[in-house]
Amino acid sequence: MTKRSGSKALTWMALSSVVFAAPALADESAKLVVNDEIEMITETDAPAHLDGALGTIRSGWTFRTSETQVLQMDDFDNPGMIFVDQALDQWNTVEGSAGKSCASCHDDVESSMAGVRAVYPKWNEEAEEVRTLVMQINDCRENQMGAEPLKYTSGKMTAMEALISVQSRGMPVDVAIDGPAQSTWERGKDIYYTRFGQLDLSCANCHEDNYDNMIRADHLSQGQINGFPVYRLKNTKLNNAHARFKGCIRDTRAETFKPGSDEFVALELYVASRGNGLSVEAPSVRN
Amino acid sequence: MQLKKLTVAAMLIAGAAAANEIAPADVVFTEDGAIEASLSGSPGVAENAPEIMNKGAGNCIACHQVTALSDIPFHGEVGPSLDGAGSRWTEAELRGLVANAKMTFEGSMMPSFYKIDGFTRPGDAYTGKAAKLPLDPLLTAQQVEDVVAFLMTLKDQ
Ligand code: HEC
Ligand code: HEC
Ligand code: HEC
Repeated sequence: MTKRSGSKALTWMALSSVVFAAPALADESAKLVVNDEIEMITETDAPAHLDGALGTIRSGWTFRTSETQVLQMDDFDNPGMIFVDQALDQWNTVEGSAGKSCASCHDDVESSMAGVRAVYPKWNEEAEEVRTLVMQINDCRENQMGAEPLKYTSGKMTAMEALISVQSRGMPVDVAIDGPAQSTWERGKDIYYTRFGQLDLSCANCHEDNYDNMIRADHLSQGQINGFPVYRLKNTKLNNAHARFKGCIRDTRAETFKPGSDEFVALELYVASRGNGLSVEAPSVRN
Repeated sequence: MQLKKLTVAAMLIAGAAAANEIAPADVVFTEDGAIEASLSGSPGVAENAPEIMNKGAGNCIACHQVTALSDIPFHGEVGPSLDGAGSRWTEAELRGLVANAKMTFEGSMMPSFYKIDGFTRPGDAYTGKAAKLPLDPLLTAQQVEDVVAFLMTLKDQ
């Protein structure tokens, strides 16, 4: 049979009256260069910890149709950049009882946040916990600014996550999995290989054993998160990794975990580590 | 009055069918994962299968290519093509495969369609919320029979 992909990502089981665009094949040899300037590594040798489970790791970008791929090649075409601009205003906005903005302490986001995304989730020594970028942002809001924490997957939070991530675009993902982060990483790995729900499927069933195969109208990727937050054409907004995890688990007819839960924090660390070596792409564009 | 009688009659028939039905927990598999007896106690109706195998509760097409169903778009590639399944397998083997493919293929990715326990964090359909127990099987006994009857028609050319 021929490979086809629909114009929209679908929850694979819950298909109903969706209109499909003309079939289009992903151009898997295409190179991703953003703004004619930032050369992205979208395919590279798998990190050693994968122990041969994958030979090469590939960004989700390589699985998308050329129409979707091109949207990520220029910031003027990338709808996710609108939210990054909004977050830049937010960066400079004073909030909370301490009368401070992010900029009050971190100055220019371009220099202070360069390289930060690439190493998150990361162990925080003082708090003795693995922190996602979202947790760190909320920690600053609550404990440095005296402001309300933002909801984990809210638009404002995801935009701020994107603004910080953009400052690492093109840098290789390099999360630490050893030392104090190791037990969290192991827990995340456990979750990745657990078969959930009445459909009894693990992340690995779809994203390790079957990437590059079609499941219904969806071209299965390796489920990497180097592109997060992701602008999805399906819901026309930025999506954070935990929102995606939630959707994927829900689609196995399972009770999901909550965004920001210990389980998803561990899973984020583990999934991020599977992409060690791929470029940070945020905000990427997917269907 | 007329209508009422009909309803009662229909209920009696449904009740009779259910009486012969084998509950998910009582299904007996052979050593090779086959199920000898009809799960519903009635023969399957092949004509009902395409609906079930498409977006219905079965969603077989998400993972399998089936030439006889080529008018339905987007057949997946996760499992093998089902063309010729009726020549490769006996009816009892197909019943076992649809009810619980893991009894034939250990660790199979194929969901078990007539099984209601042994799941991790089962959900309430696709809501993401916890399931109300006991679960319903993904397919009813009769739906399994309908799909099996259809698979039996998929012979090698
Ligand atoms: C009052 C000063 C202050 C303000 C205001 C503040 N931060 Fe921070 N921020 C810090 C300090 C201090 C650290 C390092 C603390 C730590 O490592 O636990 C930090 C760390 C961070 C880090 C982690 C950097 C790294 O290298 O790991 C991020 C991301 C961050 N802040 C984002 C923000 C954002 C976004 C805002 C605005 C919503 C903000 N901060 C507001 C003081 C502040
Ligand atoms: C039934 C198959 C299935 C299972 C199980 C599944 N996913 Fe997915 N996932 C998909 C499909 C389909 C997509 C959309 C196409 C793609 O990128 O693969 C997707 C997309 C993703 C993406 C977005 C990738 C990108 O580049 O934008 C991530 C991340 C992801 N999944 C992670 C997970 C994790 C983590 C799990 C386990 C908790 C999981 N998935 C379980 C089917 C699945
Ligand atoms: C999530 C993917 C998935 C779904 C949904 C699925 N299957 Fe399968 N099926 C598989 C895989 C994978 C195999 C191969 C067996 C193995 O190696 O585990 C398989 C094997 C089979 C086989 C034996 C293949 C052969 O040699 O002929 C039959 C028959 C079959 N499936 C029928 C069905 C029917 C009928 C449905 C719907 C009620 C269905 N499957 C739904 C994944 C799936």
